[in-house]
Amino acid sequence: MNEREKLLDQYSGRVFKNRKDHIVQLEADGVPQEIAANSRSVPGLMINRGCCYAGCKGVVLGPLKDVVVLTHGPIGCGYYSWGTRRNKARSDSEGKSFIQYCFSTDLQEPDIVFGGEKKLKQAIQEIMEIFAPKCIMICSTCPVGLIGDDIHAVANWAKATYGIACVAYSCEGYKGVSQSAGHHIANNGLMKNIIGTSGAKRDKKFAVNMLGEYNIGGDGWEVERLLKLIGYEVVSIFTGDGSYEQIKNAHTANLNLVQCHRSINYIAEMMKKKYGIDWIKVNFIGIGETMRSLREMAVYFDDEGLRQRTEEVIAAELADIEETREAYRAKLHGHTAGIFVGGSRSHHYQNLLADFGIKTVIAGYEFAHRDDYEGREVLSGIKPDADSKNIEELTIEPDDQYYHLTLNKERFDALQQKIDIEKYEGMFRDMGNGTVTVDDFNHYETEKLIELFEPDIFYSGIKDKYMIQKSGTPSRQLHSYDYSGPYAGFRGAVNFARDTYMSIFTPAWKYLTPPWNTRPTLEGIIGGGENA
Amino acid sequence: MRQVAIYGKGGIGKSTTTQNLTAGLAEMGKKIMIVGCDPKADSTRLVLGGLAQRTVLDTLREEGEDIDLDCIMKVGFAGIKGVESGGPEPGVGCAGRGIITSINLLEQLGAYTEDLDYVFYDVLGDVVCGGFAMPIREGKAREIYIVCSGEMMALYAANNISKGIMKYANTGGVRLGGLICNSRKVAGEAELVETVAKEIGTQMIHFVPRDNAVQRAEINKQTVIEYSPQEAQADEYRSLAQKIDGNDMFIIPKPLSQDRLEAILMEHGLMEA
Repeated sequence: MNEREKLLDQYSGRVFKNRKDHIVQLEADGVPQEIAANSRSVPGLMINRGCCYAGCKGVVLGPLKDVVVLTHGPIGCGYYSWGTRRNKARSDSEGKSFIQYCFSTDLQEPDIVFGGEKKLKQAIQEIMEIFAPKCIMICSTCPVGLIGDDIHAVANWAKATYGIACVAYSCEGYKGVSQSAGHHIANNGLMKNIIGTSGAKRDKKFAVNMLGEYNIGGDGWEVERLLKLIGYEVVSIFTGDGSYEQIKNAHTANLNLVQCHRSINYIAEMMKKKYGIDWIKVNFIGIGETMRSLREMAVYFDDEGLRQRTEEVIAAELADIEETREAYRAKLHGHTAGIFVGGSRSHHYQNLLADFGIKTVIAGYEFAHRDDYEGREVLSGIKPDADSKNIEELTIEPDDQYYHLTLNKERFDALQQKIDIEKYEGMFRDMGNGTVTVDDFNHYETEKLIELFEPDIFYSGIKDKYMIQKSGTPSRQLHSYDYSGPYAGFRGAVNFARDTYMSIFTPAWKYLTPPWNTRPTLEGIIGGGENA
Repeated sequence: MRQVAIYGKGGIGKSTTTQNLTAGLAEMGKKIMIVGCDPKADSTRLVLGGLAQRTVLDTLREEGEDIDLDCIMKVGFAGIKGVESGGPEPGVGCAGRGIITSINLLEQLGAYTEDLDYVFYDVLGDVVCGGFAMPIREGKAREIYIVCSGEMMALYAANNISKGIMKYANTGGVRLGGLICNSRKVAGEAELVETVAKEIGTQMIHFVPRDNAVQRAEINKQTVIEYSPQEAQADEYRSLAQKIDGNDMFIIPKPLSQDRLEAILMEHGLMEA
């Protein structure tokens, strides 16, 4: 039995039938196989997914610093998503940053019974009186969907009454099967209501948007630093240290850089259709990947000065980290790792690990879709099931004012041969022989795979970090970076190597011998004595 | 495309009236879709010749299955399209949420086509939560007709529903088009309903007499116009259809106070039949 079979062996018939399609063991290097993804979880399995509201409010909208994100619902949803994510932001010159706050309408039983719209309006009134933001975003929670509060009408009322931007998101927790539904809903809302509303026109040569960068631990700042050094202008970031003021202008960029494919590919596609802005899949996690991304961007713009500056910056950054990089590589080379994160990180970090000679033997996503595993070519073949059909798909037409192709068709086609323009090849292509990939991984599968592969380190999140460490394998969080970071770019790569080195070479848990390994826990008499 | 919502007290004859009047409109050459907004899923029985087999919400229930429009939207008498929202059985779940979800899904599934002249939303009797107001939210039905009779409880319900309509009329574009009196042979019924209508600010758009022809057609799972087109009752529905087609009185209702409503009822109760 190979590892995959050993893993599935434990399951009962019904569960086996379901899980077998979600677990793939790759035969040869880089040859993709089909995997089932983005479907309902099996009840009873301890999975790591979150809900639709988490994906919408927590992931995409929450990081917007000058927006008041108002959770319409009972206090729990707002409270437990308050400050739990390390999407850093600096307040701008006006000092308007709301991300340290939690806004909720705190629906109580009478509000559920009699309707919550009045309270929602009152909350908006209070927000305007105290904070006067330029934009309010209302996020639904589960009960709001049941009682039928028309939050979109309230958003329109707020727009008309206060002259601000106000967008409502029907992101009730029960929609879809994971955070992914929430991402999609958030993308739709931003596309329909915010992007392109500033009236500004394209006027810079090397203007880019960073899509799917949430500035965890300052990743986004590090990338921005590199881009600015080379001479790019970052128009807006979706959404780490991002703002409503920025996003209004997103349509004025020449190129979209997609970091997190899963959560933001919708906006990338829609902006191409509406404004003619091309996108490339970048990855600023990993030294090799950062270089590739910067070079592909320079190829896209085809400017000699830009290309030169790109090489200069790369050379300078590499020189900067040369010594430490080699020191860590020598120590880390030859180790193995496992990595279970959300929707794109599990792929990105494999490149960073490879930079230091660490092979990834186990990988998995919580909420990715088939294109994240197998590549975007499979998109047309994916049949939407009922849960997906329930999430709105916007129809986009080219905008008559702002549609403008940076490249003509010939150049675009020629470029497609050279760089990853509007392409994403998926995680499988970077994984090798015998590695196991799991979709919607659960506690048992995590434990079992660690037992089978014995990786030297396992990257995951807070839910399973301690379980893994107690079993003797060091584990670090890749959602929160264990409060470290940044991990992006060149400097970030060395930070990551340092933290990895720290964990592998001081496995504190291994210094303990559990008492059940040294002392008997049960005492008894084996049958055969006087009473036999 | 005109989108019309039909409200009224439970059991008053909304589904029967809607189907019979749309039969009349279809006869006039109109293209119509009836969307049943009732978990009982019985709003299209008479035009489809039987209860609908699959509902919009069924597409959600079956996990992973690909269900398209053809499975849930059937074409019946005179080309009328019928689709049912569906919903939970009595005593469980949340029918209101069901209506919200199903109307959104219908949009996603592409049910609203350019060629439709009318979409009728037949909404269940007791508008007990926000979900049942989904058909009259912004962008959906712009005109409402309330089916009632001369009975006190039916008028009370009609007045109550007007309060809900007023709220949506004030924030959105929906308007009340009129009361349809589905007669119960109450003494002085027509005058009574006309008076109440006038006080609310609207009209009694038609008085539909009580006639066994309706029951006979119903038992045979058909509308009167299909089952017995030569009957006088069929002409009543044709007349109603024409009046609705030509209606231009759309108002924001002014619901009556309980005292005023009861006073009117007293007045008309004392008048000679």
